[in-house]
Amino acid sequence: MDHETVRELTAAFALDALDTNEEREFEDHLAHCEQCREEVAVFQEVAALLAYDVETPTPAPTLRERMLEQARSERPNVVPLRRRWAVPAAATLAAVAACAAIGLGIWAASLSSRLDRERTASAQQAKVIPISGAEGSLLVLPSGQATLVVSMLGRAPDGKTYEAWVIEGGKPKPAGTFPGGEGPVAVALTRPVAAGAVVAVTLEPGPMAQPTGKPLFSATV
Amino acid sequence: MARDLAHLSDEALVALVARSDEAALAELYDRFGRVAYGLALRIVRDPALAEDVVQEAFLSVWRSAGRFVAERAKASTWLLTLVHRRAVDLVRKEEPRRGEPLETAPQATGDATDDEAWLRLRRAQVQEALRRLPDQQREALELAYYGGFTQSELADRLGQPLGTIKSRMFSGLARLREILTEMEEPWTTRPSES
Repeated sequence: MDHETVRELTAAFALDALDTNEEREFEDHLAHCEQCREEVAVFQEVAALLAYDVETPTPAPTLRERMLEQARSERPNVVPLRRRWAVPAAATLAAVAACAAIGLGIWAASLSSRLDRERTASAQQAKVIPISGAEGSLLVLPSGQATLVVSMLGRAPDGKTYEAWVIEGGKPKPAGTFPGGEGPVAVALTRPVAAGAVVAVTLEPGPMAQPTGKPLFSATV
Repeated sequence: MARDLAHLSDEALVALVARSDEAALAELYDRFGRVAYGLALRIVRDPALAEDVVQEAFLSVWRSAGRFVAERAKASTWLLTLVHRRAVDLVRKEEPRRGEPLETAPQATGDATDDEAWLRLRRAQVQEALRRLPDQQREALELAYYGGFTQSELADRLGQPLGTIKSRMFSGLARLREILTEMEEPWTTRPSES
């Protein structure tokens, strides 16, 4: 699933507000992403409290009996069930990086409770580098894998796309295009970044080998 | 009942249910049956269907309690999530007049037991927390959670872009969490456990 869309879906998922396809895609993502699973758990706990804002008439006593009777008839309860969020041995780095981005940057910004600050402080060994020219940050894992997180970027105009660049020794190399969109955007760069490199984003007519637009914002590793 | 299960945590009960302990399932029902039924009724708006939802949710607990990971979630969250999920699945199939008030709102019955008082207190707190949300965030949360609308249906219904709906739900739930954390208590325990 496109990581740009992941962040806000955690809430919709917790509210059971995704349709079948969206939900399947989101669950595929969760299988790779411990951080998103944690965040879903937090939201599910809040959502479940909404259950208490209801009238609570006493259900018919027969319901209790019927349920227990049915349970008894199903013994022993050894129905094998697929583990919903089984984590594959090797979750892709991109997925991990995107989740780190969500966990470190956006989540901390939107939820300021102590719990989240603690989690932010201790989470991952990713370096978090502020972006100049836009609100957001660049996350760099020790391997050099990097994810750009920008809030409120907006969708690229028709016929245009955002393109990320890794600039080393004054030479920009393409690091992926992305459409942008409403809300925060998390983009896994397609090439690793080394210390001293600059990551910049321009608006381009399509995937380019060399930038033609002006840098919209940048971050220095 | 041969054993006194009242002092056990909800999570401990689920662990017993995972070992096919029927009494533990009954105790869980006694703790959460009412709120589960109330929630199901608010969503499916039909007493018989609501009973089906509750029965199926508790049977899910019975069948899959072994998968429950206490470190990841509270038992109450898990159970109420199962109830909600089933109710929403049903209401999406049945398509009744979702989101409109019940014609005859069921009245809370029964005497003022501890349980009754506890449920009332909790309800009052959740209502207060919801009241403190910006109107549009509250509307999105309520229509999604109690109305069973998907985010796309909400976008259509409210005439807003999907991204706006997503933002409202995300911000609303995040803010609700902050408010409830500020209010603290009694989100962790209920009288029977103390």
